[in-house]
Amino acid sequence: MNETPVNAPRPLVSCTIDGQEVRVPEGSTILDACTKEGIDTPTLCWAANLTPVNVCRVCVVEVEGSRILVPSCSRPVEENMVVATDSERVRTSRRMVYELLASSVEMDRSEPEVLAWMEHYGADPDRMGPVGERATVAQPVKVEDDLYVRDYERCILCYKCVEACGDDAQQTFAIATAGRGFDAHISTEFDKTLPDSACVYCGNCIGVCPTGALVFKTEHDMRQEGTWDQASQEVTTTVCSFCGVGCNLELHVQDDRIVKVTSPADHSVTSGHLCIKGRFGWQHAQP
Amino acid sequence: MPDLRFSTETPTDAEKQAVDEVVALMGPATLHLDERYVVGGRQRADQHRTLLLPALHALQNAAGWVSPGGLDYVCRMLEVPPAEAYGVATFYHLLGQESPEDNDLIHVCDDVACRLFGATELMDDLAAGGHQVKASPCLGQCERGPAVLVQRIGQQDLSVVAATKQNVEAALGAQESAASVILPQQGQEGLPLLGRIGLVDPQSLESYREHGGYRALTTALELGGDRVIEEITTAGLSGRGGAAFPTGIKWRAVADQQGRPRHVVCNADESEPGTFKDRTVMEGDPFALLEAMTIAGVSMGAEQGWIYLRGEYPVAAQRLQGAINQANTAGLLGDDVAGSGHKFTVTLRLGAGAYICGEETALFNSIEGFRGEPRNKPPFPTTHGLFGEPTAINNVETLLNVLPIVRLGGADYAASGTQGSPGTRLFCLSGRVANPGTYEHEFGVTLRQVIEAAGGVADEASIRAVLLGGAAGSFVGPEQLDLPLTLEDTRAAGVSLGSGVVMVFTAQDDLVDTVRRIAQFFRDESCGQCVPCRVGTVRQEEVLVRLGKGKALPTDEALFGDLEMVMKDASICGLGQAAASAVRSAMALGLLEVTQ
Repeated sequence: MNETPVNAPRPLVSCTIDGQEVRVPEGSTILDACTKEGIDTPTLCWAANLTPVNVCRVCVVEVEGSRILVPSCSRPVEENMVVATDSERVRTSRRMVYELLASSVEMDRSEPEVLAWMEHYGADPDRMGPVGERATVAQPVKVEDDLYVRDYERCILCYKCVEACGDDAQQTFAIATAGRGFDAHISTEFDKTLPDSACVYCGNCIGVCPTGALVFKTEHDMRQEGTWDQASQEVTTTVCSFCGVGCNLELHVQDDRIVKVTSPADHSVTSGHLCIKGRFGWQHAQP
Repeated sequence: MPDLRFSTETPTDAEKQAVDEVVALMGPATLHLDERYVVGGRQRADQHRTLLLPALHALQNAAGWVSPGGLDYVCRMLEVPPAEAYGVATFYHLLGQESPEDNDLIHVCDDVACRLFGATELMDDLAAGGHQVKASPCLGQCERGPAVLVQRIGQQDLSVVAATKQNVEAALGAQESAASVILPQQGQEGLPLLGRIGLVDPQSLESYREHGGYRALTTALELGGDRVIEEITTAGLSGRGGAAFPTGIKWRAVADQQGRPRHVVCNADESEPGTFKDRTVMEGDPFALLEAMTIAGVSMGAEQGWIYLRGEYPVAAQRLQGAINQANTAGLLGDDVAGSGHKFTVTLRLGAGAYICGEETALFNSIEGFRGEPRNKPPFPTTHGLFGEPTAINNVETLLNVLPIVRLGGADYAASGTQGSPGTRLFCLSGRVANPGTYEHEFGVTLRQVIEAAGGVADEASIRAVLLGGAAGSFVGPEQLDLPLTLEDTRAAGVSLGSGVVMVFTAQDDLVDTVRRIAQFFRDESCGQCVPCRVGTVRQEEVLVRLGKGKALPTDEALFGDLEMVMKDASICGLGQAAASAVRSAMALGLLEVTQ
């Protein structure tokens, strides 16, 4: 027998966003309220299937009475809050976050919406100092096995992979943030290679990476060969046949070959996360 | 928690023994192989995680670094994922990441005050002498620089002041630091906070009692918690760590919480460059801090007290632990504080070299065994503090003020100082003053008076600037010497008293270099969590390096303005928010004009 839990209705709180009154259930974040109101908000470290860590600061908004800007992804709406999402202060901070990141990290393989927002705010990373003289996280790409590639010069330190590996999804804790300040980086203990670490190759870290720092080896190799062509790829949704859980799979197919497997973030079974079998066990289906 | 994957590396006997001693405080997280699934579950591992930093300290002391075998053993004993433990270990300056070359690691402070007095040359001398040397941010000994901290394998850390190659080498063989408190005001009447220092034996509870110790606790127990909090509110006491939050409001908020247990945390992670006042008190009068914390605990119904002391203060650590032990034995801490029926314990925790851990929520994370990354606020510590429980966190100096308030009553205490800033304030005088040290003055004293009380500057006309409030504070020029030092006057002048730093610079000092060093400090000490601070502090330092070389770009001024804005507006915590403050003030005063 299936039981469907019924949540008690939450009381509504009202706030004002950009002059419009918005009513949302108690406990909703400012970001939820913005989304409800149809106001697009840039995010980098936020994802629907992860706990907000509010570290990238690109979603900041101005709240009346607050000395500093607040991260909309994690701040709950309070009664009578007055929020501005497009003030001069907000625009400056958002543009600066993109400029600071893009001046130190390779951003060109980021999700399309990231690149669109950078253009929207007129981000110009080159004013951060001459190339070659400004500090960057440039480093060699890590290719250690047949499944993953870690290209940390594309890492913006959004913590998403750490969360997906840890208690937001996989509970494996193979990676964490190490070091401090500008030297902070994602690492296994003592920078061990992934096969030597606790990694179980679920691929969930790659699934949440917004900048292409973590990619499947298939994608990396095809990019190296110059054959990766996202525009020509077809996505087919199916159900994983390895066990009875019923995870939805999205097969990304290019030239009749599977090149990548993902799962929809809003799927009730997976929340976008898979295991090694669903993520990588498709070689038998290749022609 | 799933099965954790450990490595096959093994600890040395010394490492194992050192870790075992720490773990014995609570017993291992896993008693039997199957237990974590059955009885203890995650709960025991969660509770044990607070031992992670002490265990890493033990490894460092046993081997001179956190070795793979040692870390793996800690992880097995405490059930911490190795990647996370590595993340914690690499967060701190004082935990080594490579096998040491020598028994001794000499940290030489090259921060703003010490570099005026030959720190750079000392570092070169020591390195040339074949020692293992590392540059360090401010070691909190600015009144007697250059300062040195020596980490030794299997022995206590050493603090060496007014360091030369000779006295550092002579000290290496010593059992413990040659401790001495410099107190220029010693013996002066009417110092509510410093009065006992130099007269009382800091290692003797009996001596403390002879000098009036523990009378305030007796009074507080007679008055009752609500009345004590009322007196503190009447006294108008505000936080002395830098933010000046009203203490009475904080205590009331914690006392009114339903949740238990509650905590009193003493923030003794005094790491703001130029600050050493708390060290003076903890070394010279440690029982006073314990008494004040005990009053805080019984007044708010908090049973657990914690002192988070920066790891660079070996003498203060030893004095405080000695005081805690004696107070426990005398029944002044424990299950029945002074026969009152209240329970209050105090645990001393040592930081491991991270300025950011002085930020209150980063400090909680550090005690809990996580990376010292600040949390987003709200929620605030009064409701969600240490271990997510109601917590009152106060600076050492703030807590000390509780003693005169209880003794005199709030109204009488408030008669000193000014209306907006009652009471006295500790100032850390350093730089080009004749008699540097910790001074206590009533609020309202002018900057000039404070400098003159410290023997003044040989030629007052040569004063170029005073760094007020620390690296997170700002520079003021000689035209502001008559500024009354109160919360209200400094606020009106757009500056801050911060942690009480008064560092004087004269015509002979290279202020471009000083300001660049401040920028380097923030770059080095940023936790790296949020983008504005992690990258912003780097770009800020780059701007100043270009400026110092006479290669500033035409766009740099606008860039600095934007960096200042994003760090101030969008950083998670006060470190990033204040990172451009001193630089901006130096620019406004024209201290950064480079003549080429």
